[in-house]
Amino acid sequence: MTEERLLLSGDDAVALAALHAGVRLGTGYPGTPSTEILETFDRLGGHAQWAPNEKVALEVGIGSAFAGARTLVTMKHVGLNVAADALFTATYTDVDGGLVIVSADDPGMASSQNEQDNRHFARAAGAPMLEPIDSQQAYDYTWLAFAIGERWKIPVILRLTTRICHAKTVVRPRGVEQRRSLESHETSTEHGKTEHRFRRDIPTRVMIPAFAKPAHHRLRQKLAEIAAWNEAEGPMQEYGSEARDQDGDQPAPKLGIIATGVAAMHAREAAPDARQLTFGLTYPLPLTRIRAFAAQVERLLVIEEGDPVLVDDLNAAGIKAEGKPMRYRFGELNVERARRIIAGEDSPEPEPAKGKPPELCQGCSHRVVFEALRDLNCIVAGDIGCYTLGVLPPFSAMDTCVCMGASIGVGLGMRHVLPEAEARRVVSVIGDSTFVHSGLTGLAEMVYNPPPTGHLVLILDNGTTAMTGQQEHPGTGRSLDHSPTHQLDFAGIAQAMGVQSVVLIDGSDKTLSLEERIATQLARDETALFIVRQPCVLAAPKIRLYEKAAAGERERRCAALPEIDD
Amino acid sequence: MITNIVIAGLGGQGVVKASDILADAALAAGFDVKKSELHGMSQRGGSVTSDVRYGHPEHSPVLSPMVPPGEAHVLLVLEPTQVEVARPLLHPGGLLIGPELIEPGALKNKKSFNVAMLGALSTGLEIGELYWQQAIQANLAEKLHALNAQAFALGRARGPS
Ligand SMILES: Cc1ncc(C[n+]2csc(CCOP(=O)(O)OP(=O)(O)O)c2C)c(N)n1
Ligand code: SF4
Repeated sequence: MTEERLLLSGDDAVALAALHAGVRLGTGYPGTPSTEILETFDRLGGHAQWAPNEKVALEVGIGSAFAGARTLVTMKHVGLNVAADALFTATYTDVDGGLVIVSADDPGMASSQNEQDNRHFARAAGAPMLEPIDSQQAYDYTWLAFAIGERWKIPVILRLTTRICHAKTVVRPRGVEQRRSLESHETSTEHGKTEHRFRRDIPTRVMIPAFAKPAHHRLRQKLAEIAAWNEAEGPMQEYGSEARDQDGDQPAPKLGIIATGVAAMHAREAAPDARQLTFGLTYPLPLTRIRAFAAQVERLLVIEEGDPVLVDDLNAAGIKAEGKPMRYRFGELNVERARRIIAGEDSPEPEPAKGKPPELCQGCSHRVVFEALRDLNCIVAGDIGCYTLGVLPPFSAMDTCVCMGASIGVGLGMRHVLPEAEARRVVSVIGDSTFVHSGLTGLAEMVYNPPPTGHLVLILDNGTTAMTGQQEHPGTGRSLDHSPTHQLDFAGIAQAMGVQSVVLIDGSDKTLSLEERIATQLARDETALFIVRQPCVLAAPKIRLYEKAAAGERERRCAALPEIDD
Repeated sequence: MITNIVIAGLGGQGVVKASDILADAALAAGFDVKKSELHGMSQRGGSVTSDVRYGHPEHSPVLSPMVPPGEAHVLLVLEPTQVEVARPLLHPGGLLIGPELIEPGALKNKKSFNVAMLGALSTGLEIGELYWQQAIQANLAEKLHALNAQAFALGRARGPS
């Protein structure tokens, strides 16, 4: 370790470790609280890209790791649902380069549509999982995830939670010497830069049944070996074991706590004198170590945020452990809640004061759309983004919101079964980033199975992924670092798919009433796509800067081109 | 002992920036520091609070990154409507520094209000002025340094002694 003390968020610590560990490619899709990892990795000089969605990100990551490169894939918890198809079979394969998948969970739903607990994914997919308790461990476990992943050729999930991602704590990064120690896996080095070569290995990478059957056996074998390693050398901390009574004897302490992730910190603060076992590799579990710890205490209490995952695993393994009352399954834990769990307190908790809810910015381009939908009394199948705030007064113009992309399918489903007069009022509303993420297949469904009354989809194209802090996406024509790249043409795509009416609308054009246009379209039995375009007011100044920089770059490049004689 | 500070306000007021400056100053002064807040919707004008905790790195390292409700030693509030919302976070014997301390006209640019409030906070904390100045410079663009140094000094002159 160096003497350098940095105050870093967990996200930044992961990015720094990825850079230090020589990650060749970072890819992912934005989502609070994971977004900053790739942004920081890019700022530090790493190669980072936004993928259209998490599934594509993981697939790109699998390819990069198959080619032997250290790869980082980041997403929020619900992103792993989208990427799950790739994950569940990737664990059967042998990945040469370390493949680390960051799942950033959001217990308490600070900025998410659910508070699912992705520890279940480690168990379901058979992926080792590391869970840091602070930014130092976020840094260290990123390294460790690559070490485990490369030793056993298995994808590793680094599970963070909101308070790990966004809390800043002190980090001492590795010195240059220590960094070198993990670079031994590199295959061939030319001019100082590692070159990754393709190595054909059909039986471990082509998952047809003949190869997948032995691959599943190999996966279980790998996990058994990793569990044994976890028992012997896994990252573990035990606190309070030095406690002795006045005669110098070590009495059996009454309370022993098992806690992981940020809950371990809350628990230590809540019960500084209790014995506590905390481990970083939370799947596969170090059951022998836990059993030994359990034997030394009278009351074994598991303090975990979210679902009763750990406590159920322990009890299933025959280790008698006490969990928390149901009320603490909802929301985040904190020191106060940890104290209550320890005290066995199950009375209602004081309600936190209600603050001011967020709202669409003044001048936000989404406002006119929701005013129109409200005034037309539309049934609005909504989606996820800043525009979900259209559900709040003064608009109250959203009737459904489930997951990214659902607006189109949900709208179509309602159109199919509602009586005609009601079916005609149904509109699907989707943001531009969300449309690329998972709206394209919805559009295919609309032209393939059109409802008798047709349907209308509105893309609210504000030129950015505003919700998560204004990231680029394939529809903006700029890469993660805001440099120009190919831009998807939404109208062209819809026309090519066979949508009957495709209309580009300038959201700032006050001469044409959006309300009238929507009303006219709803009366027709057509499939229709309106692309309402107006930049997010917070992103607009930056977009202008990026465009200016790109124009300057184009000019420079044209000037540098050789003259062509014809 | 751990010092618990909560900064409260509305999205866009620079609550998170203020807590970044405070945390950096405490780190430079040699403390173990943790800070935490919920991002996400804060950009769109909603209530925001940010927790900063620091203590001696050996004798009282910080464990949880969140200030337990009702245990803030100091509550710094940047927006009048948020005083009552945030008050339950304050320890019964804790210190509340409210936005009325600095009237809007006192500052050249009202964007530096968060830093002026840090000036007021600074008088009660064991963090040297030099560390504050360094932290302000590290967290703000160079063209804003002079303006914010002035704002900090103004707040510091009005801080509780
Ligand atoms: C599977 C999944 N990935 C990521 C997110 C986080 N997220 C929610 S909406 C959104 C995109 C918002 O962008 P856009 O659709 O352009 O709408 P805007 O916020 O710009 O109005 C993101 C990244 C999520 N909720 N679910
Ligand atoms: S950030 Fe942009 S899209 Fe989001 S509410 Fe504000 S103006 Fe609208």
